[in-house]
Amino acid sequence: MSLAFHVRARRGDFLLDAGLETTARAVAVVGASGAGKTTLLQGLAGLIPVEAARLVVDGAIVADTASGLTPPPHRRGVGYVFQDGRLFPHLSVGANVGFGRRYARAPLEVAAALALVGLEGFETRWPLSLSGGESRRVAVARALVARPRLLLLDEPFTGLDAGRRAALIPYFARLRDTLETPMIIVSHDDRDLAELAHDVLSMADGRRV
Amino acid sequence: MLEPLTPFEIEALLLSLKVAAASLVVTLPLGLALAWLLARTNLPGRWLLEAMVNLPLVLPPVVTGLVLLMVFGARGPVGGWLRETFGMTLAFHWTGAALAAAVMALPLVVRPMRLSLEAVDPRLEQAAATLGAPPLHVFARVTLPLAAPGMIAGMALGFARAFGEFGATVTFVGAIPGETLTLPVAIYTTLQRVDGEPAAMRLAVVAVVVSIAALLAAEWLTRRALRGGSLR
Repeated sequence: MSLAFHVRARRGDFLLDAGLETTARAVAVVGASGAGKTTLLQGLAGLIPVEAARLVVDGAIVADTASGLTPPPHRRGVGYVFQDGRLFPHLSVGANVGFGRRYARAPLEVAAALALVGLEGFETRWPLSLSGGESRRVAVARALVARPRLLLLDEPFTGLDAGRRAALIPYFARLRDTLETPMIIVSHDDRDLAELAHDVLSMADGRRV
Repeated sequence: MLEPLTPFEIEALLLSLKVAAASLVVTLPLGLALAWLLARTNLPGRWLLEAMVNLPLVLPPVVTGLVLLMVFGARGPVGGWLRETFGMTLAFHWTGAALAAAVMALPLVVRPMRLSLEAVDPRLEQAAATLGAPPLHVFARVTLPLAAPGMIAGMALGFARAFGEFGATVTFVGAIPGETLTLPVAIYTTLQRVDGEPAAMRLAVVAVVVSIAALLAAEWLTRRALRGGSLR
């Protein structure tokens, strides 16, 4: 397992210029809010314009501005679990989770993905009927179905109380170990991540510290 | 008043329905494309495009009809070209009535579509892209369903406006029974006859019934589109 990423992007006066090379399967990105953590993820996923970006997962170059390789988000195979969930409100939980199946080469079954996050039988529920923790797990299942080569998790524990956090962490550990999907987990609170991540990128003001 | 419709009335009604339906075939895809351009792009000259689309809303309909006659008439630049290339005439033909109805209805189709497209959260579209969906799929599977109420409203308004079009129609294509004598035009010509008022009233009732039916259909479609999902 190897993972190398770097993003340089400018947003107004703010300059993000940070990255990491590691052999860890799960990397935590920590730092105060405003450190550029989310911008880093967005740059890796191809969601924002960047000055430079490079992402190499297990030797496969996903994006590299230096050699002109900047595929659009839908061709990166990079899963993204957004801080605000972003479940499709017009689709059932099952349809949300299955959304990316047709674009993946070897997609997971919807039921299998829901089982991975401990939400067996939630297919017919609707996004608005879910609790915060459930929504987040559905968002994770949805990202997993497409079998991403890298999973980006933006503050997966935000807005959850300590009990829910503690309950959620084993699911993520299970995903990391059963699917062997590399992960970059962003958090402003490194306590939850000690158990999950094998390496840490610590950021402040757009830089690695 | 409650007697069955006369052949004249049926002819006008069916013609109006045909004209309104044909105009929708034009305004729906064109309106959607325009709504998308206006809502989601920074096209230079966007304001000009918007002004052009909305022009029929503020112009006297008879002026719009006159412009259509000048451009699409047999001697107009587009009309002449259509006749020479495809042997197709629009002026004084039912297809011309459909064109007039489409032009008049377009601003009413574009506006709700545009507003509903603007209301769709682009972050949901981003999420769809990270799941592997190419842009057209994102549009068809996320944007369009979320904008469904506006799409339906645009369709209903466009149909109703096209169904009721009078001024531009009568100017551009006249009032030829069975060809361009739509229901509103029939009401007008009937009123011109001595003692034509009761007959015009009957036609007016038909027009009201169709318009209300279109409204109800739109309401039903909107409810259907919203049911199940959590959109409100």
